Amino acid sequence: MGIISSGFRGRRNKDQPGLPPGQYLTESFPVLSAGPTPRIDTAEWEFQLTTEAGQKHSWSWDDFQNLPQEEFTVDIHCVTSWSKFGTRWKGVSMDTFFQDVDTSHPYTMFSSYGGYTTNLPMEDILNGKAWIVHQFDGEDLQPAHGGPARLLVPHLYFWKSAKWVRGLRMMDRNDPGFWETNGYNLHGDPWLEERYW
Amino acid sequence: MSRTWRTADVVEARFETATARTLALQFPEPVSSIGGQHVDIRLTAPDGYTAVRSYSVAGTLPPTGLEITVEELEDGEVSPYLVRDLTVGDQVEMRGPVGGWFVWQPSDTSPVQLIGGGSGVVPLMAMVRSHRAAGSTAPMQLLYSVRGPSSIIYRGELEKLEASSPPLPVEYVYTREAPAGEPVGRLSPATLMPRILPPEADPAVFICGATGFVEAVAAWLVDAGYTEGRIKTERYGGTGDGS
Repeated sequence: MGIISSGFRGRRNKDQPGLPPGQYLTESFPVLSAGPTPRIDTAEWEFQLTTEAGQKHSWSWDDFQNLPQEEFTVDIHCVTSWSKFGTRWKGVSMDTFFQDVDTSHPYTMFSSYGGYTTNLPMEDILNGKAWIVHQFDGEDLQPAHGGPARLLVPHLYFWKSAKWVRGLRMMDRNDPGFWETNGYNLHGDPWLEERYW
Repeated sequence: MSRTWRTADVVEARFETATARTLALQFPEPVSSIGGQHVDIRLTAPDGYTAVRSYSVAGTLPPTGLEITVEELEDGEVSPYLVRDLTVGDQVEMRGPVGGWFVWQPSDTSPVQLIGGGSGVVPLMAMVRSHRAAGSTAPMQLLYSVRGPSSIIYRGELEKLEASSPPLPVEYVYTREAPAGEPVGRLSPATLMPRILPPEADPAVFICGATGFVEAVAAWLVDAGYTEGRIKTERYGGTGDGS
């Protein structure tokens, strides 16, 4: 046990099931990003998946909207210690994007409009673990929260859920992305408190 | 190192405003920080309950100390304790400093424009202090948006820096209450642009404040022709931000 602050009581909402270690619950939806919010016109939006063979799979905004849509409710956990329960999203599972993709590489690097990148192992994005989402709480996703579309990987810290996502490429090594080269953990499991290097 | 918790002694505590307090922390071993980084502070209640929050480092006290400045959040869980209850001689646990993006490196000689709203000035002050300590010749100036004169954190020190040689140019924007002769009102492109380094100077820009402030200012700068890749943003406060 650490240093005791005798006058400190706290809220002790941590006893709640579903709250990872070191996290606290918030009702609001804080915004975190590293630079200006990019302006993205859905008429020009494109999501592109590039394999190790250089093969490119592309989806326009209309293509994306015509893929099978899933609506789901998940908890999200930010490395800055807030967690938000029961967030409601609509989007397309990564499994759907990978349906006709021929790859054997075990890692991916997602990239965003604005230049942000984040690395993710395949095992963290397939089998219903990740989505490209375009609605939050029944509304179109706001630009500040990553709209028109963001990656959502709710079982990892929220920096992995890249805003303004524009594509991914396959990697044979687990190279670090943006925050992962700026002090944050290569993987980011909130239950293991994989916050920093 | 940054993953481990270490124990700090609170060696000084001083109010900057009615709701913001600076805590000077001393460690048994050397600690260093780049301007703009943050630390995690962990409090443990007598029954073992713990709470962790992130706070920007305000400055270093070489070789074994650093300062944080905490703004009391209405309805906060940790900040009221740090601002009201913690006293000199108490101990807290800290992890960090961390962060490699929203930082100013003293080796960077290019112009720097700092833009802070409210307690968003804290990491910017760490950059100002680091700039001074390094004797940097990089042009640096600060634009600081506050509710009123009584909300200015580091007021005395900023006045001294403005009057020093070379001076640190500081521009204030008063959103609710201003000294006589100064305008009151929210920041707008018209009030912002004449008071910061121009886009031609291609400054590194650091913006920190509430989400609405940061989003608005960053968008205006992009519109005005500032290099998008030179604008770095950070938003304070994990909660109480409805956006």
